[in-house]
Amino acid sequence: MVEAVKRVLVAKPGLDGHDRGAKIVARALRDAGMEVIYTGIRQTPEMIAETALQEDVEVVGLSILSGAHLELFPLVIDQLKKRGMSKVRVIAGGIIPEEDVSALKEIGVSAVFGPGTPTQQIIDCVQGS
Amino acid sequence: MGVPSKSKQDWINGTFEPAVKRAPERQERFEGSSRIEFKALYTPEDLEGFNYNEALGYPGEYPFTRGAQPSMYRGKLWTMRQYSGFASAEESNRRYRYLLEQGQTGLSIAFDLPTQIGYDSDHPLSEGEVGKVGVPIDSLQDMEILFQEIPLEKVSTSMTINSTAPILLAMYIAMARKQGANPAKLNGTIQNDVLKEYIARGTHIFPPRPSMRLITDIFKYCRESIPRWNTISISGYHIREAGATAAQEVAFTLADGIAYVQAAIDAGLDVDEFAGRLSFFFDAHNNFFEEVAKFRAARRMWAKIMKERFKSKDPRSCTLRFHTQTAGCSLTAQQPHNNIVRTAIEALAAVLGGTQSLHTNSYDEAYAIPGEEAVTVALRTQQLLANENRVGDCIDPMGGSYFIETLTDALEKEATKYIENIDKLGGALAAIEHGYQQREIQESSYQYQKDIESGKQVIVGVNKFISDYPKITGLTRIDPAEARRQKEKLARVKAERDQAKVTAALKRLEEVARGTENTMPAFVECVESYATLGEICDTLRNIFGVQREVLVF
Repeated sequence: MVEAVKRVLVAKPGLDGHDRGAKIVARALRDAGMEVIYTGIRQTPEMIAETALQEDVEVVGLSILSGAHLELFPLVIDQLKKRGMSKVRVIAGGIIPEEDVSALKEIGVSAVFGPGTPTQQIIDCVQGS
Repeated sequence: MGVPSKSKQDWINGTFEPAVKRAPERQERFEGSSRIEFKALYTPEDLEGFNYNEALGYPGEYPFTRGAQPSMYRGKLWTMRQYSGFASAEESNRRYRYLLEQGQTGLSIAFDLPTQIGYDSDHPLSEGEVGKVGVPIDSLQDMEILFQEIPLEKVSTSMTINSTAPILLAMYIAMARKQGANPAKLNGTIQNDVLKEYIARGTHIFPPRPSMRLITDIFKYCRESIPRWNTISISGYHIREAGATAAQEVAFTLADGIAYVQAAIDAGLDVDEFAGRLSFFFDAHNNFFEEVAKFRAARRMWAKIMKERFKSKDPRSCTLRFHTQTAGCSLTAQQPHNNIVRTAIEALAAVLGGTQSLHTNSYDEAYAIPGEEAVTVALRTQQLLANENRVGDCIDPMGGSYFIETLTDALEKEATKYIENIDKLGGALAAIEHGYQQREIQESSYQYQKDIESGKQVIVGVNKFISDYPKITGLTRIDPAEARRQKEKLARVKAERDQAKVTAALKRLEEVARGTENTMPAFVECVESYATLGEICDTLRNIFGVQREVLVF
């Protein structure tokens, strides 16, 4: 059976404008054959969840470098749940101290990718879901 | 000086190639970020036709290739200025005073994202962001706390603030007045560079036209009120950090500079009335020689642009003075102490390139904003370069190197091509609206990532020489209680201020913004009434509208 093409949303929650990593990941996923929607910067949790719903994605990748991950990621996940998308996988990357990773996993972030992660590792993770 | 006894080609044929045949070179091609080839050797032949006077001149003289000032670091060392701010005005003030005690010679203020994008700390969009990447400033009161016991007439202050620059500058002036400082003696810089926000940094608020007006209003106002202030810091740093090459960094930055100069001229200013107060901000990245050459090329290019394109007659207008920050994007989370070494070498490139001020990154910044120990090491790195290694004792020490001069020329040529492309598109702003710079940067950024993943670009500890490494400790964490306290402080300010004064000041700002008068006095009146940053920005958002991201992907 041919596996359906994965649809992925790459999103930038909060006010942080650092989009280099998000754009690289989005492009690497696209080059790997996935359908990728990139939100652009300054997205609210509601906007991200709504886009995820409208675009019918299976994976949401959140990128944040401002240190607001512990505040904003739970809000995104709540908004996804509100829209009946609790099965959508959420992965994350950015400037996230290792000690925060377990707290993020507890709220439902399935993987956290720090600086220096090869894009292939992220592709494998998304394709494996 | 004698001439070489034989030609370079003879050496290649007779000595170099036989050796390379026996032991091949490590790479097929050696090059820098801008894809300019690094040959094995440079000799006088590579500089044939080189005209010393046209290409270099003398320090402090046109075209300023060798340095912006006549005596460079022999008189005064570069300003050591660590970008810093977090949690609250109280905490940040403590950090500034600590850094000054440690021998830092200038201040550099990092504001949090709500302050940069014009939201008060109690705004829903500020959720989670208050005090995270900088200090939160809601009203003049926060500014008063931020600069407590800091001698404003002695310390120069750089503020990384763009869309809300006129408001923060107004607060600085109002706070300085309250401290009794003479505005004519205030020294400092506001970044005030909205074009690179559209291109690479993302804290824009307003559309281009009103944004450019606010910027030229500042040029005019400062000339009369705070003449020693650097009215803008035209920034390549964030362009480079977003992935640009060295040549693109120079080109896109100078193209932005051209747009600001043109806007000010269009607003009725004479070029030599304001151009001497323009300043620049560049990245010091990891390709050492390319970076040194880049700074020199940028100085020469700007001098020519000002003289030839804008017919400036004042050498000060032709002088490119700049701040440098080492490359944040070169720091790694892996083996973080290597970042100290990376930063030291990047800092050396900045000094050899003739920077006027310098920020050195801290080794823990791939994890969090810097801790006190890490920032102290970063500052000591600069103090070592200046005092132990004595790298500033001779002006432009790389000048005259066959390699550096060839590379300086090549970078100028490459950057000039990009500026010509931007000119063809109708200037920096039109090109941004086409997504030109954004697309170029993205291509370079993706290519760099691919080079890392293929191993072509080695990053120690990341794709080569990987090892287990102990976790670093002492990372800065912002207590969530800080945001709560900030909101309480804001509520108190609003309760205690004279509301009639606030309403009148905001109304006055609205009138001025709708008309053509200079907006700066109205901003000063607003902040003195303790109108908040969010209230002031809301007033402007209602009049000017907001600019959405030009999304290029």
